[in-house]
Amino acid sequence: MPEYQKFEHDVLVIGAGGAGLRAAIEASAANVRVGLICKSLLGKAHTVMAEGGIAAALGTVNNADNWKVHFADTMRGGQYLNNWRMAELHAKEAPTCVRELEGWGAVFDRTKEGDILQRNFGGHRYPRLAHVGDRTGLEMIRTLQDYGIHQGIDVHMECTIISLLKEGDRVVGAFGYDRQRGRFLLFQTKAVVLATGGVGRAYKITSNSWEYTGDGQSLAYNAGADLMDMEFVQFHPTGMIWPPSVAGILVTEGVRGEGGVLRNNQGRRFMFDDIPEAYKHQTADNEEEGWRYCQGDKTARRPPELLTRDHVARCIMREVKAGRGSPHGGVFLDISWIKEKISNAPEHIKRKLPSMYHQFKQLADLDITTTPMEVGPTTHYIMGGVKVNAETQMSTISGLFAAGECAAGLHGANRLGGNSLSDLLVFGKRAGKFAATFAKEHTQGKINTDQVDGIARKALEPFDRGAATPSDAQGPYQIQHELQQKMQDLVGIVRTEHDMQQALTEIEHLKQRAAKASVHGNREYNAGWHTALDLPNLLTVSEAITRAAIERKESRGGHFREDYQAKDKTFGELNIIVRRGPGGEMQVVRERIPPLPAELEQIIKEQQQ
Amino acid sequence: MTAATFSVWRGNAGEGKFYKYTTEVSEGMVVLDAIHKIQAEQANDLAVRWNCKAGKCGSCSAEINGMPRLMCMTRLNELPLDQPVTVEPMKTFPSIRDLVTDVSWNFRVKKQIKKFKPRKPDTPEGTWRMFQEDVDRVQEFRKCIECFLCQDVCHVLREHHLHDEFVGPRFFVYAAALEMHPLDTENRIEELAKAKGIGYCNITKCCTKVCPENITITDNAIIPLKERVVDEFYDPIKRLFRIFRK
Repeated sequence: MPEYQKFEHDVLVIGAGGAGLRAAIEASAANVRVGLICKSLLGKAHTVMAEGGIAAALGTVNNADNWKVHFADTMRGGQYLNNWRMAELHAKEAPTCVRELEGWGAVFDRTKEGDILQRNFGGHRYPRLAHVGDRTGLEMIRTLQDYGIHQGIDVHMECTIISLLKEGDRVVGAFGYDRQRGRFLLFQTKAVVLATGGVGRAYKITSNSWEYTGDGQSLAYNAGADLMDMEFVQFHPTGMIWPPSVAGILVTEGVRGEGGVLRNNQGRRFMFDDIPEAYKHQTADNEEEGWRYCQGDKTARRPPELLTRDHVARCIMREVKAGRGSPHGGVFLDISWIKEKISNAPEHIKRKLPSMYHQFKQLADLDITTTPMEVGPTTHYIMGGVKVNAETQMSTISGLFAAGECAAGLHGANRLGGNSLSDLLVFGKRAGKFAATFAKEHTQGKINTDQVDGIARKALEPFDRGAATPSDAQGPYQIQHELQQKMQDLVGIVRTEHDMQQALTEIEHLKQRAAKASVHGNREYNAGWHTALDLPNLLTVSEAITRAAIERKESRGGHFREDYQAKDKTFGELNIIVRRGPGGEMQVVRERIPPLPAELEQIIKEQQQ
Repeated sequence: MTAATFSVWRGNAGEGKFYKYTTEVSEGMVVLDAIHKIQAEQANDLAVRWNCKAGKCGSCSAEINGMPRLMCMTRLNELPLDQPVTVEPMKTFPSIRDLVTDVSWNFRVKKQIKKFKPRKPDTPEGTWRMFQEDVDRVQEFRKCIECFLCQDVCHVLREHHLHDEFVGPRFFVYAAALEMHPLDTENRIEELAKAKGIGYCNITKCCTKVCPENITITDNAIIPLKERVVDEFYDPIKRLFRIFRK
């Protein structure tokens, strides 16, 4: 019988990026015992990679900004599939959450008046992103980490959860292993907060780290919770494309916010060629106006480079397909041109975009202050995830909460840049608060030890198979690479029924192969074994993305169908739900979005002017 | 495509040896790419810690041809590939397995440094005023990605193993960021002088040289802290004052 170490908490937070840390801090403030699971070391989670900033209507740069404008921008960006209550709470609570970080030691860039400086970003009407150069995510995670370590939270580093444990309809524990020694760990808990981030590792070209294997979405799905909006994957328009080994690494939207422009190989600013109707009245129609906007001219409209990410990504694809791309299959992003406008351009660029300067200099031998970058779309974010209650962040399973990227609702069909970091803060805080309340109202449940033994034995099977087969014909890495290639080719930026049906067949094959994956060596820090255990999660989310994408027969936000290119009003009123059926099969259900309350509808109307 | 050979330290708890792996390399590859390729094709269980692969998380610290560096930011074209590239774990920390070390000491040390304690908010709404020129220096320190390469290279830790008496460059930078934070009201000078062992640092600047974020650790963080320690504890007038106060 496999052995395991046992821990007991009131609230177990799985994931230690922005949302997980914020949830753990809030729960511990409510005087419950909190355990925090980090898949990596503390402070290394994917939040560190966020560059641009935290969207919050602080109004420090343009005092016309307020929560209503932020709410309307978020809804418009999400093409009205958003959970409107989440969008409302988010817009109202984000400013307080940003101020809170400052009180915990965060040092944001400042305005001349000594307030928090805010920058422009795609889809946001006013300068709204509180930031620190282009390393805002690092500032956020470090602030939360340095504050959190003094709050009495039990931190379990380098630990992966492979299953949630239920008693009846309620979640009562979690089971996993520590990476360093490979020992099994059992957590008994009254409530669980999932804050595991996204699914980028299901795709070949991604800005996401190895951790992003859809753990939270899969854990929730396997526990019987509903997933929502899984078809909406965000392909960030600007990832590095050259050299090949760095393909996918993010190039922040902040480059465009600071005046960077997109050009094709003919030197044309192609973003002016296709401006969607809904954004026409607030988008500049000439280059001069776009530049004035980036310089803080309040009367100017924003340049088309700052349209929403889904649109910019598709425009780039169009240029590449039409043969107007850059040598390595992308387009040019140029910030160096601003030397025509300001005298100290190289210094200015280095100060505003230090990590971008560094990243290109070191990884691509390219000086962004003199030379345009080559960029192309990269899998960046999933709007969908665990369906949650807007107020409490509880999923459809009692005691199971979710926050941040692994939860669905706030972003609808497309997320605006900067709304992720604020999402982590606002809903991490709420999840922590309500998970603590739930824990106080409940006693510990009963752990089914037979079930635990079964999970542990299954987790060790790859070693048994490895011992039986000397060569690794079913190596976990090969299976993962094939899945990434298939998802990239068949369920990427442009989708068709035919491709996606083929993807389902491929996923089915890969599932069978994953069930036979074998690994060698021992349990200590064995990345092959870890990958073998991540595979089922990747396959589950890949299938969920594909099935939901097949169901949505229209194009909207991050989901673009070549066979249904227009928006369809019917689909504009519903979310796609994915859940595990009684026989273990994946079910896809359409769910109507509740009608918008009159006062929110009024806000949206007012803001359309 | 050309081939390159990597001599990778493998083993655990300090017992191990170098294994040679030859793999194809292509334009733009970094050391971490090569390690991943070896892991995927030749040694599935090769242990390596990494996350962002973009120099932002500070997980993949190692010693490459003897130099403490991030594997994800070390391009192969900067290394002589006519000889094997040696890749070994950081030496200052206990080995866990292969390239992975136990850096948990750093997390324990940080917890012992007095936390940020802001002054009362400047406005009734609970906000503060700070100016860019007052936070520039602190922002430099807050660029730290906690890769612990500075700890790895510091001879006080690496050769003299004074982990119990000396917190290392990373935590002087951390303390400096707190001490120079315009809002902070705490005083950490005494603990830096005593429990944190700042006096052991003899300013060889090795930490500054290896910092992948180019933080001027010695000049901007450690030396000003040392000066404050001197002002506070070795200033003859203050000393006299303290004697009389007692």
